[in-house]
Amino acid sequence: MSAPAPSLFTEAAIKTAEGLGLTKGRANLEVFADTLLTLATSDKNVLAVTSDSRGSGKLVPFGQALPEQIVEVGIAEQNLVGIAAGLSSVGKNVFAVSPACFLAARALEQIKNDVAYSDNPVTLVGISAGVSYGALGTTHHSLHDFAALRAINNLRIIAPADNFEAREAVLAAANLQEPVYLRFGKAALYNLPATDRFHVDKVRVLRQGKDATFIANGETVIHALLAAALLEQRGITCNVISAPSIKPLDGETVLSLAADSKAVITVEEHMVNGGLGEACAALIAQAAINPKFKIMGIPDEYTVTGSQADIFRHYGISMEGLSETMLGLLEP
Amino acid sequence: MLSDQQLARKSLEYRRDTLRWIKHSGAGHTGGSLSCTDILNVLYNRILRVSPQSFSSPTRDRYIQSKGHSVESLFVVLADQGFYQQEELASLCRYESHFVGHPTKKIPGVEQNTGALGHGLPISAGIAIGGKLDNADFRVFTLLGDGELAEGSNWEAAMAAAHYKLDNLTAIVDCNTLQITGHTANVMNNEPLAEKFQAFGWAVRSIDGHDIRELTAALSTPLETGKPSAIIARTVKGKGVSFMENVGKWHHGVPSDEEYAQALSELNSALKALPETC
Ligand SMILES: [Mg+2]
Repeated sequence: MSAPAPSLFTEAAIKTAEGLGLTKGRANLEVFADTLLTLATSDKNVLAVTSDSRGSGKLVPFGQALPEQIVEVGIAEQNLVGIAAGLSSVGKNVFAVSPACFLAARALEQIKNDVAYSDNPVTLVGISAGVSYGALGTTHHSLHDFAALRAINNLRIIAPADNFEAREAVLAAANLQEPVYLRFGKAALYNLPATDRFHVDKVRVLRQGKDATFIANGETVIHALLAAALLEQRGITCNVISAPSIKPLDGETVLSLAADSKAVITVEEHMVNGGLGEACAALIAQAAINPKFKIMGIPDEYTVTGSQADIFRHYGISMEGLSETMLGLLEP
Repeated sequence: MLSDQQLARKSLEYRRDTLRWIKHSGAGHTGGSLSCTDILNVLYNRILRVSPQSFSSPTRDRYIQSKGHSVESLFVVLADQGFYQQEELASLCRYESHFVGHPTKKIPGVEQNTGALGHGLPISAGIAIGGKLDNADFRVFTLLGDGELAEGSNWEAAMAAAHYKLDNLTAIVDCNTLQITGHTANVMNNEPLAEKFQAFGWAVRSIDGHDIRELTAALSTPLETGKPSAIIARTVKGKGVSFMENVGKWHHGVPSDEEYAQALSELNSALKALPETC
């Protein structure tokens, strides 16, 4: 028995989202599974490889519809990635699906050598990423995957923020002949404001402002967007950037918006070390622009026990927390 | 097809060339390259349907060298197969060379980048599953070291290969009984090895890994329908050079000028002793 998960959003945040006209979507993980099933139905070279993870990957319908196109390896993540690389090398379009905490840690050497270095264009799908597993604790959190994978050559890293980005990222990964890491959480998400068509190398500018910039990815983007809306009521306008691709990072757009900002806050469901925030910091420092700058994420400590919502709120990843942090940063 | 005698000659030439390039580059995994020479010889000259012309064909046989450190003998054999000129090995391990000290796909004839141990069998299992899905008739071979078998990922793949009845997969263990620290039996005993593979659901045969006929017989066809094949090839580390045989320091020892001259003289004598006909 588990306690009912508290909402990720306060009443005020839900009102703000409604004010922006945002609609409720599904979990990205479900969108991933649906999109993959559609792709695989029309192309028998598309395979899902799972490590006893078809349930958590929402791939039970896939396995029922296309039993020949799902390869089960059992609870063996190193073998998952090695087998995926081998399948890819003989022309299969492989999606290797496993909880991000195991995929990007236990199988890290297989990702580095068998996928990236050997240039086998596997799509690695890290599911239930970040703190999606909530109170199951540190063994099941992946707060290191951006950092670990950013240090590997020839690997794209994409963390979609809503159902649109999730679907487009899956399609892009299927079409790219390159190693890709896709990172999905399992919370039901708001649909973010529509933008121009998705480009895998580009950030999406969801909102524009003159004072400050939020740069976020994955399931934290909505909180940055709501914070920007709240700040506007106080006369402060912010850019809000969704950066699904942390590597390569769209430096051109990030820098052009950061250059005109008095303050920049990055937000990610990842440890503050080595993730989106440090990637942006490196860009900004090397471009010799100098906004006030803050990395919001999970600090380098044992993560507080709780649901994803509890953990986000505890570390200030909420409309309220992020708007307050921005106000503090903008104080003269 | 080349005769057994001709292959015997090639093995000696491969060993001579392997030592030549290790000496030239000043680095290399000498003992393990010499222990797997006959295995590579039989694979490339008798078993594998692979050539420079067919290397991009999806139906080619695959060879994945999991014990990637024994790369010098592989590079010599690939040169002999016509994938490149052997003289290109003059750049082995030199600044900006494509010839890294482990196999990489930048070298014609190399399937996958290997060298970290415990990776070749999972990749090979994936290739074999792909072959089964496509009803392709290619075979997949991987070469493992005996010390390498302490890596747990091998046993994950061993389980999966039996589960998926990968009779298109053959794992050859270059069982030279030594690894960098010393005797495998003392470092981390993996015996009884044949029984282990059997227990995992593999068909197993133990052979003399330097015997051309035994190698040919063991590798020509899968051992058993519905099971992956494990060939336990009993070998001698440093094989063919008296002072290197079964001596641990030659794991990655590079011969001095005197040692190199003696090694060449032993291999050349053995070549001279072969019948003229081959
Ligand atoms: Mg050995």
